Amino acid sequence: MDHSDILEMRSITKTFPGVKALQDVSLTVRRGEIHAICGENGAGKSTLMKVLSGVYPHGTYDGAIVFEGEEVGFGSINDSEGRGIVIIHQELALVPYLSVAENIFLGNEVRGTGPLIDWNKANSEAAQLLARVGLAENPTTHVSQLGVGKQQLIEIAKALSKQVKLLILDEPTAALNDTDSEHLLGLLRHLKEQGITSIIISHKLNEIAEIADRTTIIRDGRTIETIDMADPDATQDRIIRGMVGRDLEHRYPERTPDIGEEVLRVEDWTVHHPTQADRVVIDRASFHVRAGEVVGIAGLMGAGRTELAMSVFGRSYGRGISGRIYKNGELIHVRDVDEAIGHGLAYATEDRKRYGLNLIEDIRRNISAAGLRRLARRGWVNANEEVKVAEEYRASLNIKAPTVMAVTGKLSGGNQQKVVLAKWLYTEPDVLILDEPTRGIDVGAKYEIYTIINKMVAAGKAVVVISSELPELLGICDRVYTLAFGRITGEVPVAQATQERLMELMTIERETAKDLAS
Amino acid sequence: MSTTTDVNVPSPTPPGAPRVSIGQRLQGLGGNARQYGIFGALVVIVLLFQVLTDGKLLLANNVAALFQQNAHIMVLAIGMLMVIVAGHIDLSVGSVVAFVGGVVATTMRDFDAPWLVAVLVGLALGALVGAWQGFWVAYVGIPAFIVTLAGMLVFRGLALVVVGETLAGLPSSFIRISKGSLPNVLGFLNNMDVVTLVIGALAVAAIVVSQLRARSALRKHDLHVEASGLFLAKIAMIAVGIGILTVILSFSAGGTPIVLVIVGVLVVAYSFLMGRTVFGRHIYAIGGNRAAAALSGVNTRKVDFWIFVNMGLLAGAAAVFTTARAGAAIASAGQNYELDAIAACFIGGAAVTGGIGRIAGAIVGALIMGVLNMGLSILSVDPSWQMAIKGMVLLLAVAFDLLNKRRAGTQ
Repeated sequence: MDHSDILEMRSITKTFPGVKALQDVSLTVRRGEIHAICGENGAGKSTLMKVLSGVYPHGTYDGAIVFEGEEVGFGSINDSEGRGIVIIHQELALVPYLSVAENIFLGNEVRGTGPLIDWNKANSEAAQLLARVGLAENPTTHVSQLGVGKQQLIEIAKALSKQVKLLILDEPTAALNDTDSEHLLGLLRHLKEQGITSIIISHKLNEIAEIADRTTIIRDGRTIETIDMADPDATQDRIIRGMVGRDLEHRYPERTPDIGEEVLRVEDWTVHHPTQADRVVIDRASFHVRAGEVVGIAGLMGAGRTELAMSVFGRSYGRGISGRIYKNGELIHVRDVDEAIGHGLAYATEDRKRYGLNLIEDIRRNISAAGLRRLARRGWVNANEEVKVAEEYRASLNIKAPTVMAVTGKLSGGNQQKVVLAKWLYTEPDVLILDEPTRGIDVGAKYEIYTIINKMVAAGKAVVVISSELPELLGICDRVYTLAFGRITGEVPVAQATQERLMELMTIERETAKDLAS
Repeated sequence: MSTTTDVNVPSPTPPGAPRVSIGQRLQGLGGNARQYGIFGALVVIVLLFQVLTDGKLLLANNVAALFQQNAHIMVLAIGMLMVIVAGHIDLSVGSVVAFVGGVVATTMRDFDAPWLVAVLVGLALGALVGAWQGFWVAYVGIPAFIVTLAGMLVFRGLALVVVGETLAGLPSSFIRISKGSLPNVLGFLNNMDVVTLVIGALAVAAIVVSQLRARSALRKHDLHVEASGLFLAKIAMIAVGIGILTVILSFSAGGTPIVLVIVGVLVVAYSFLMGRTVFGRHIYAIGGNRAAAALSGVNTRKVDFWIFVNMGLLAGAAAVFTTARAGAAIASAGQNYELDAIAACFIGGAAVTGGIGRIAGAIVGALIMGVLNMGLSILSVDPSWQMAIKGMVLLLAVAFDLLNKRRAGTQ
């Protein structure tokens, strides 16, 4: 081990019953660098980090971990944290109804004299830590009042309170908007200057290119290579090739648009917040989509993208909703989700685990969940037909599972997303609203999802795609609407759209947006 | 090292054959293993008490009594299972049983109503009580724990108002529901009631046919089926089990208890309701992920409401059984019934968080509780100790289940 290395993981092999999750994986991290780990979902990135942090204790894996020149075997997270290795998971582990300071020192409370906690000391120490991560919040604020971006920073402050030497971040920016992501990446650089080493797991290649010193690629539980990002050959294409094991010539499949009649038109759509009745979330939004067309909706987080889609989809969001919906030119009334499905609308959620799937149920019953009436006669479900339908979708959407009796909670993100799509395809919709259809899934699965979208429009369906990734919208849409502060601020044919133009429209000031909407 | 290293060991899987890892095999079995486990536990407990009681447990009249004395718990467990699968709980059923029982008795005693009218009044009142609680849970959004905790007090109070202490002297035609048996219209065969034998034979035939059909349907879709040996063993065990039960019952004083037939019909009907109807699917969907179900077009409020109406209806049926068995309405009747029913569901494999559970499991859970009660009573174990033992069985059953799942590697 080189003296400049802080961590070396040597030929780590980790086996689960029936599956070899990691095979002979090696990873070397230099002191003070930002080291990115890339790989498709299920490649073994998270497993490797769980081995490192002691979630999978010493003895349940083969291989050796050398940290700061000393071979270590952690029995638990407490052990690894004791050595200064702190992992921050994708799903943040903060307690919403405790204050910032209480969260930072949770399990590590600041004692005064005797057994009591010295809250004044704790709050003042918390304030110092918050300053280090650039967060201007009162330490006594409840965490539930803060956005995801700020919560992420609190996690880092918590890590700093534990004298972190090696900080591991699992998909830290997946749920963050661009501003918050920028801030977070800036903070990592700042910490690097203070001598803190970071490992960052990310799907966002541009982010990795921007921040990482070196990148290790993992595929199918094996190390493919470690790339020095200063190397001129360290291109995104090279990383993608390493991750998927083949060249992805195009990230977006080709499609020749064949656009027909207008299918859905929404006019003057206004939605109020479900609990704060006077707060307007969507303000007089109008949009339309035609058969065979993919329409994008671009907007920053909080612009009201999901709120717009869900309120149209059977008023599943918001109160005080007004406006008109036309389907094939006729005014329709959609009062609940059941009616929306009846009118041929479908909405695939951005949060498949919370709103899209019954994770303890199998693929078959998730696929049939929304279209159950098609399988039933007088309330009786045709169970054989159900299996047949599920098998058809498993084959046509290439859902990777041994049978349709596999529980969806155990599938990878990409396969879960395909199950959600299958569920909505089975309702035979005319209009499909896809909210962040590729969030948190890997490059290969993304391509498959795009292909499915192309098949849908080729079959004459109208598709609305909501996405935070502008290249994605530009790659798959025919037309893009921009949304800011709940108002449609622009409509751009994709031929004339650039990321800069869209971003400009998405970031229009609140007052200007108001003028545009009226 | 061994001296026989030259022996040709045949490769475990012939070349070309599809290779199934042990993990996959276990996974395929996993869904059913829990069900088998609970059946196995019932068998073990029955055998244990059969030995401890010197064979008294399985005496014909005791077996008939077992069903007569536990019919109400089985009926409540059916309703409770649906409530629990949907992610709720119902603490009020014991009080509802006492209240409805009081009204049923009053209908017959003070209004001279025929027993059938009284039963229908009881069922309707139960459903009404269920609608009342369902309204607060589904349409006002108060957690079922609170609503039914309130109901527990409200209906116990109303039971005291209606009944006073005891309303005795109910007609024998009514009492027959719980204490009577099917009439012996087909005579005897070597002292065995032929009606019972016929019912037993029909039950075995129905189960075998339905299992075979389900298996061939799975085959048709190229889905995983149990190894045929395992499948045959399962069918044989079911047939033998029902056969033994049938023969024992046919020697009992009355033959087949009426309540057993009612419970049997309810179990089959509700199993179909949960497994094969849109309503049943919606209950599992809500319990598994309420938000996702709502976004898939399930009217979650409506489903919640009807689950509680159904629970009330079944509590009404349980009230009829309880009142008929006691021959009187008692204000303190039904105490701890809610706990027995809830325990039956959890012993039978229902998930505390909702979304998982089967009617058959809950019934087996109820039978386990019933066998414990009866076995411990035959052994003249003090009722206080009986309670303590039942509590431990509940705890151990759920703990065993949890450990089993953890070992199966479901994270």
